Amino acid sequence: MTISANGNTPRWVDSARGIIERDIFVSDEIYQRELKQVFGRAWLMVGHQSQIPNPYDFFVSRMGAESVIMTRDKTGQIHVFLNTCRHRGMKVCRYDQGNSRVFTCPYHAWSYSVDGNLSSAPGGLAGVPQYKAIYHDELDKSQWGLIPVAKLVNYKGSIWATWDAKAPEFEDYLGGMKLYLDAVLDHRDGRPGGSEIIGGIQKWKVPSNWKFGAENFIGDLYHITSHRSVDMVSIGPSGAGRRDAPIVKREGAKRPPPFASIGFPNHGHGLIGNLPHYEEADYVPQFTLTPEVEEYYKHIYHARVANLGNQKRVLAAVGTIFPNLSFHGMQPRALFTWHPNGPREMEIWKWYLVDADAPATVKDVLRRYYLRYAGPAGLTEQDDMENWNYATSASAGMEAGRYPYNYQMGLGYEQQAPDLTDAVFTTAVTEQNQRIFYQRWAQYMTANDGDALHPDGNSNFADILARRRPPPSPPAMGDR
Amino acid sequence: MSARESAIDALLLQREIEAFYYFEAEILDERRFDEWLDLLTDDIVYFMPLRRNVKYGAQAEMENSIEGVDAAWFDEGKHTLSQRVAQIKTGIHWAEEPLSRVRHLVTNVQITTAPSGTSGARELAVKSRFLVYRNRIDDETDIFVGQRTDRLRQDGTGWKVAHRVILLDQSTLLAKNLTFFF
Repeated sequence: MTISANGNTPRWVDSARGIIERDIFVSDEIYQRELKQVFGRAWLMVGHQSQIPNPYDFFVSRMGAESVIMTRDKTGQIHVFLNTCRHRGMKVCRYDQGNSRVFTCPYHAWSYSVDGNLSSAPGGLAGVPQYKAIYHDELDKSQWGLIPVAKLVNYKGSIWATWDAKAPEFEDYLGGMKLYLDAVLDHRDGRPGGSEIIGGIQKWKVPSNWKFGAENFIGDLYHITSHRSVDMVSIGPSGAGRRDAPIVKREGAKRPPPFASIGFPNHGHGLIGNLPHYEEADYVPQFTLTPEVEEYYKHIYHARVANLGNQKRVLAAVGTIFPNLSFHGMQPRALFTWHPNGPREMEIWKWYLVDADAPATVKDVLRRYYLRYAGPAGLTEQDDMENWNYATSASAGMEAGRYPYNYQMGLGYEQQAPDLTDAVFTTAVTEQNQRIFYQRWAQYMTANDGDALHPDGNSNFADILARRRPPPSPPAMGDR
Repeated sequence: MSARESAIDALLLQREIEAFYYFEAEILDERRFDEWLDLLTDDIVYFMPLRRNVKYGAQAEMENSIEGVDAAWFDEGKHTLSQRVAQIKTGIHWAEEPLSRVRHLVTNVQITTAPSGTSGARELAVKSRFLVYRNRIDDETDIFVGQRTDRLRQDGTGWKVAHRVILLDQSTLLAKNLTFFF
């Protein structure tokens, strides 16, 4: 389809009716526009500080379709640069990770220090070969360093960046989703931060549009049939199903608020988890096949009760931070990035999280569980990739392209989420969050002025509530 | 034992191990997954590390993720492998329904240690190369090439795999999933 000059293309996404065109999953033209409009302006997760603990450590990551280098300089400061030489474009780093004081381009040896600088003190490693002899001392090296991101934050150990200098501050970008990202990144005992990445990032290519991953994790509880087979063979850490149920069944037990779909319409984020509450529910045994781990979590539970006191808290099971960072916040615990590799391919990167100070035996049991659950060899996620693969390919046809996808589940049943000023919620099984995600995506795709992308600059939240069907229906009780 | 007798013994052992690998490939390719599980010891370690691009020399030890410590493609034992087989047999494991067409070619078989252990549980270290071909649905085709480093153990009924390290020669996995066995 043709994209008009002013970017007015409301046909793609009709959140009010729950209708989304298939083009957005297969069109090369839309994909090219996504790279600029979405990945060129949104906040993207680049990595985790635990991957580069020492001065001069580096990790090569991605932002959208492009390679970036995340470095730590000698003062401990973290930097992120585009991985391309300013002279002739060669990748200055083709390693995945390592430790280096300098990135020397293999083509003509322009050399950059870990703060991205081309200029250097006399005798330093960085610089331009034969600077005096052939550049006649005239090249302004200060203008030709590696291209840095416009903004960079270290949020509880996770490193985020954006190419857009006008992007809202990261915490404004998160909005109320911050509470749920905290629940993913914080120590299980409630202390802020305290998690680390298990060594090694799984990276794999899937013949699917990247948005299938993002929209599945933002809150698709409907795809139970996809995972029936793994539930039948029971890979869960207590021997049943694929996860431990987070709800204690005992009569009279203090239970957490039920899981709901919670979405942030002005921001485009969403998750499945529970609403804010101020008291810890009763302990739920987990990892009961491995008593040592079960003992650890029992201990952690009591520490959490003490650490959090009567503070606000939530559980976050799965979610997506717009556009392409998703998480598993409980079992297994991981971060995903869905990197766009053309309209019909994505590269998934998977980062497994554990409490940094957990005993080695606990980390080992978690790691083994994560690996049998998740990633391309995971008994659960193998089946997801099959769905996303063939959903993409079967949507590419001329005839198929005439018929949009249906996102009408729960449409009109969204409610203002209590205790979250910018969120709506419904029962857990709904397509509320997908509608929110794609409405935000359409705004990024069509807004020419970056200022219009500030979460305060749209009325998505109010619009959803205005469309609500009376009377309000309370969320059904239940667990996953 | 004469040199010639030793050489003949070595040849016979080489032939025996190659036959074992051909048989293993045969039952995997014929989808006789339960029989394949019988070729694994109960305490098998089945490990496929992640591969990384790192600097030659100084940082070479970071090339492969570490067994028992790091993330990997596989790091598991017989119980999880048995669950994989059970999942395929549910008939609703959509990533393998319909089943993939998989062929295992095993070559460059090198016995790298003399047999050790007692006659009841002799062990051998064996390296080999593999080419695993997968084709499924219409045009999905994946080719996996790499190396297996096995420790084989001989019990009363024959050889079994007690430890298998699979080095896949890819860093970013060029396939959407790993739903089959190496």
